[in-house]
Amino acid sequence: MNEVRRVISVLVENESSVLSRISGLFAGRAYNIETLTVAPIPNSNHSHITIATKGDEKTLEQITKQLHKLIPVYKVIEHNQMVEKEMVLIKFPIEQNLADIQVLCSAYNGGIVNVGEEMIIGMVADEPFRVKHFIEASKRYNPIEVVRGGVVAIER
Amino acid sequence: MKMKGAQMVCEALIAEGVKTVFGYPGGAIMNVYDEIYKQDGFEHILNRHEQASVHAADGYARASGEVGVAMVTSGPGFTNAVTGLATAYMDSIPMVVISGQVPLSLIGTDGFQEIDAIGISRPCTKHNFLVRELSDLPRILKEAFHIARSGRPGPVLVDIPKDITAEIGEFVYPDRINIPSYNPTVKGNKRQIEKAINAIVKAKKPLLYIGGGAVLSNASDLIREFAQTTQIPAVETLMARGVMGAKNPLLLGMLGMHGNYASNMAMSETDLIISLGARFDDRVTGKLSEFAKYAKIIHIDIDPANIGKLVNVDYPIVGDVSNVLTKLINGINGKVNPEAYSDWREVLERYDALHPQSYEDSNKVLKPQWIIERLGELLGEEAIITSDVGQHQMWTAQHYPFDRPRQWINSGGLGTMGFGFPASLGVKKAKPEKTVVNITGDGSILMNIQELVTAAEYKIPVINIILNNHFLGMVRQWQTFFYEERYSETDLSFQPNFKALTEACGGVGYDVSTKKEFDEALKDAIEKDKVAFINVQVARFENVLPMVPANGALYNMMLPTKNIEAKETK
Ligand SMILES: Cc1ncc(C[n+]2csc(CCOP(=O)(O)OP(=O)(O)O)c2C)c(N)n1
Ligand SMILES: [Mg+2]
Repeated sequence: MNEVRRVISVLVENESSVLSRISGLFAGRAYNIETLTVAPIPNSNHSHITIATKGDEKTLEQITKQLHKLIPVYKVIEHNQMVEKEMVLIKFPIEQNLADIQVLCSAYNGGIVNVGEEMIIGMVADEPFRVKHFIEASKRYNPIEVVRGGVVAIER
Repeated sequence: MKMKGAQMVCEALIAEGVKTVFGYPGGAIMNVYDEIYKQDGFEHILNRHEQASVHAADGYARASGEVGVAMVTSGPGFTNAVTGLATAYMDSIPMVVISGQVPLSLIGTDGFQEIDAIGISRPCTKHNFLVRELSDLPRILKEAFHIARSGRPGPVLVDIPKDITAEIGEFVYPDRINIPSYNPTVKGNKRQIEKAINAIVKAKKPLLYIGGGAVLSNASDLIREFAQTTQIPAVETLMARGVMGAKNPLLLGMLGMHGNYASNMAMSETDLIISLGARFDDRVTGKLSEFAKYAKIIHIDIDPANIGKLVNVDYPIVGDVSNVLTKLINGINGKVNPEAYSDWREVLERYDALHPQSYEDSNKVLKPQWIIERLGELLGEEAIITSDVGQHQMWTAQHYPFDRPRQWINSGGLGTMGFGFPASLGVKKAKPEKTVVNITGDGSILMNIQELVTAAEYKIPVINIILNNHFLGMVRQWQTFFYEERYSETDLSFQPNFKALTEACGGVGYDVSTKKEFDEALKDAIEKDKVAFINVQVARFENVLPMVPANGALYNMMLPTKNIEAKETK
């Protein structure tokens, strides 16, 4: 069957075990998680969870329905028309060319966020596929560490 | 009013109308047991194993339609309860299980008898709660009962740390529920129902496919009415036996792996499935790509996740079966001509005549099917029948003339050996006026045999009938068919003396190996009004037939007359 990628937003009650309910659901029913991010929604007792997943249409439909069955879940939004961003931090050795890295980061909507005695840290926030390209492109500057943030999305 | 958390638990149970609690005490739940000692709002039954407590609460719920309640301590008490939770979860049984937990300050320290009950029970409960503040306790208990019985029912765990039950606070039991994130859909969508009606009117070979949800929704009367007015034939799943009533001429029987020929053929040839609270389980459908190839599907289910999960559905209707059916009956009135399906019914009658549900009786050895049929003749509508898991379960589902819903109680989804006996205790507590019979196997019964003591102590006179084939019979049957008769670890020739065992625990026992002895034993057991074990020696190598091999096409059945040479007794 045809696997497609889907980004799902889940609005949940802020209770301590809600994240384990969701990750447990994915593990127990053998659904894929590509990325998962969580953060509280300001001035409420809700949180916004964004999950990027992959599966055939039937599986994706089940994921939405099974998520919806969880008691602390208010709303499940399968994104179609969305703005989707992911952040990444990359650490480069200080020997690398600062200007080159600066240009590379700004090409992907980012910049250099820290320069220390031993390293340079660049940050980019962009569409997930662009983040992937950025990571590819940064390889020639011998990155020491790459930390991706997971996808966040908002319906437009 | 001010009181301890432990007393709040008791007050909440009383407010919920709970009459019987099944449980087992221990350190973390002792505060609650101390309050149980002081109250007289409900009875507590001390089972002899926590698994049995949960199955008993489950049996109580299945027989009564009310929420069953069990109580256990932390750690091993809770882990013993897990099989019971999972059993209830798979069959959507409303239940609240209260477990003790180590004090809040010890959680996460690997304290004595600490286990992560919330983590373990997450996938086998509808929902669970860890109580973190006393002020939340009344609300959580209220919500637990509400969640257990509403929507698609299921078991709910409330895990209460010991310091919370000791703490004193203000008790007000809420009379309202407010869970904004939980709103199950019970009313079917009008437009979808209209579309379904049109499909029914157009169909030439419609079929009612009735599942356990019909029992949970108390939809039996409506289903019978719908079938009667439309004259659409019906098949039942294992979980729905009794919904149509055995005498109903529109009922073809049970479908699935051990369904009868006519039912499985009806499913294979129908052009419109009207699914009422059934979920297209693999034991029902067989090979999916061959399942009901010519059918459009109307799927009525309270759980949207069941719809489209395994088969593609043409007319999905999310809602409570009773609610939807009421509208369906109103809408279809006068639109179908009951004569319209008479050709279809005739075809099915011919199928049934070709291969009726049958077995070959013997005058040398007792046939398990005969025992079930005989029991049906003697007790019929009056009794409630529970069972364990194995061949005996399937023979009971095939041969007992179930006449009403909630008359047949078994573990369908999880298939839990050891379910039947403790469940029967719960059934008898819920329906003391009924004769309660547990049909069990020589394997299954030993998985909760300790409940003999519970039954004797509390004078719960259930009758156990062991269809004793000296085998883990169902596994042995698969070994016969699919593993070239290599009987790996299924021979139960070594047996306890069941009669003596029963009597040692305060019950009455019978050894039976003839028809006459069976009749006498049953009569005597009913008169004695004590927990009883009737140990019936039955044909060892009898097979459950028809059989659709796992993942075979539903229409490819192994039938009693063909394929199989059931070996006679050794
Ligand atoms: C707890 C548990 N363990 C194992 C099984 C697998 N199993 C299914 S039927 C069966 C044999 C049951 O034997 P018995 O109770 O004697 O019934 P019979 O089939 O002989 O009638 C077994 C082992 C199960 N269903 N449940
Ligand atoms: Mg056996």
